[in-house]
Amino acid sequence: MIHVSNLIKDYGKRRAINNISFDINNGEIVGFLGPNGAGKTTTMRILTTYLPPTDGEVEIGGYNILDNSLEIRRIVGYMPETVPLYSDMTVFEYLMYMAGLRNIKSAETRVTEVLELVSLTSRADGYIGKLSKGMRQRLGLAQALLHKPKVLILDEPTIGLDPAQIIEVRNLIREIGKEHTVLLSTHILPEAQQVCDRILIINKGQIVLDDSTERLQTHLTGANRVMLKIRGHEIEEAASLVATTPGVTFVDIKEDDLLEFECSAAEDARPLVARTVINAGFDLLELKTVSMSLEEIFLELTRDEPLAPEFNETPGLDVEIEGR
Amino acid sequence: MRNIWLIARREYHHYFISPIAYAVAFAILLILGIIFYANIVGAMLQQIAPGMEIVFGPLVSLLIFTTPAITMRSIAEENKMGTLELLLTAPVRDWEIILGKWLGGFLFLGTVLLATWLYPIVLNQLVSPGIEQGVLVSGYLGIVMMSAAIIAIGVATSSLFGNQIAAFFATEGILLLLWVIGAPSQAMGMMGGSLLRYLDMSEHFYPTFYRGIVEVQDIIYFLSLTFLALFIGKISIEVRRWR
Repeated sequence: MIHVSNLIKDYGKRRAINNISFDINNGEIVGFLGPNGAGKTTTMRILTTYLPPTDGEVEIGGYNILDNSLEIRRIVGYMPETVPLYSDMTVFEYLMYMAGLRNIKSAETRVTEVLELVSLTSRADGYIGKLSKGMRQRLGLAQALLHKPKVLILDEPTIGLDPAQIIEVRNLIREIGKEHTVLLSTHILPEAQQVCDRILIINKGQIVLDDSTERLQTHLTGANRVMLKIRGHEIEEAASLVATTPGVTFVDIKEDDLLEFECSAAEDARPLVARTVINAGFDLLELKTVSMSLEEIFLELTRDEPLAPEFNETPGLDVEIEGR
Repeated sequence: MRNIWLIARREYHHYFISPIAYAVAFAILLILGIIFYANIVGAMLQQIAPGMEIVFGPLVSLLIFTTPAITMRSIAEENKMGTLELLLTAPVRDWEIILGKWLGGFLFLGTVLLATWLYPIVLNQLVSPGIEQGVLVSGYLGIVMMSAAIIAIGVATSSLFGNQIAAFFATEGILLLLWVIGAPSQAMGMMGGSLLRYLDMSEHFYPTFYRGIVEVQDIIYFLSLTFLALFIGKISIEVRRWR
């Protein structure tokens, strides 16, 4: 549905997007993640024909962004980061105006439908200037949905919403994603994990990760990384012991009483490691599964300077064994 | 065409809820009324019959000074509020946006001009045997033509700025320049002088429309000015994309 290849965008001398390529299939919900200034909004603005690319090719639904910009605008629904609303209009008037510009037949029925969808029916005759942030956000979404777009592009759709509304909007996006292609940008990683089929992480104008959410998650919990803590300082001795245990693929000494090892999920080496260590006379204090959350992958991938990887405990997967 | 009309209609409605538009309409009608009254009193004392120039003269000056306040927000505000992003990503062509904005402003100013008909009607009652119909028609035709150009310049300038105040002063500057550019023509040579006189807006109003004469070349002048300004506005929106 969306095809982007070698996209480049320069703002004067600053390169905002540096040669990114990706494809989004019909019916996919794709999360666009990245720190501020990574190029998320710029990419979305190019996709919606608001900005022209400096170089590269963009096609949506088979239409080229430069040659068929009006066709693209017809099939794309867009909700910009700062939701563009006319505060002097009522909710209903605004949607009717947008429906007019989008040449929607029987606009009144459709506007009523969309208002129902974003639960703003009760505020239809209220002035936009008087709406709360959450309502404005939902109205922006309503505007993007008016013409039943094949592709929905949402720039930070849940920003400024309260938790209940966030869940509502996420459900709404998932619902829409069953029939439409959705590209949404977000800062909130669990949101991307929950809503999206696929995640694109962009940093400094480049895509640093492009993988399905499912695969990312199995990747994250699939290879077990285990932390092991012993009493005393003979960690090297313990490390060589762990390393020789069948199923262990990697050992890393962290502190003088702490090491981490990796084993494949299929072959769980944890019980064997625990037994070996205890049998060798060590006091085993802690044995814990640690795994990278999406958050850490994100930080890892978008960090300016490569730092030593830090891992976080994942609660619920703890295996704690107290030695003698 | 539908889009132009939709945008124009929204623009027109917006003027009726905008305090600035009311202030401008009020200022035009009030000042015009005061000058009108003063002229009538003066004419009565001097025992002469005043003509339509007591309406047209001040009206033209008022238009030059106040219309920038009507047009200043037209695109600058959309730009600032982010709603321009909405228009530019909707299936609407750039020139439809500009034309719609212009038409909305033009219709609003037209409504204000309609209200100034009060003065010719009153004047017609006061003087005998009534006012010259020819001057009335040509004068208003000239003012409408000039309004079209002024609004177009205002909209184009507004598209260049993200700030309404900047748009206001820039428009004002351009209009005043066009109003007085012919003044140094005497000091210039033949060629330069006639060029400056041709560019001067007042040169296309006072000698002709104001006196009851309708010249095709004056109509062409105002139409070209309108089209040129609208074209610049369209380019400015395009450039905004490419920046």
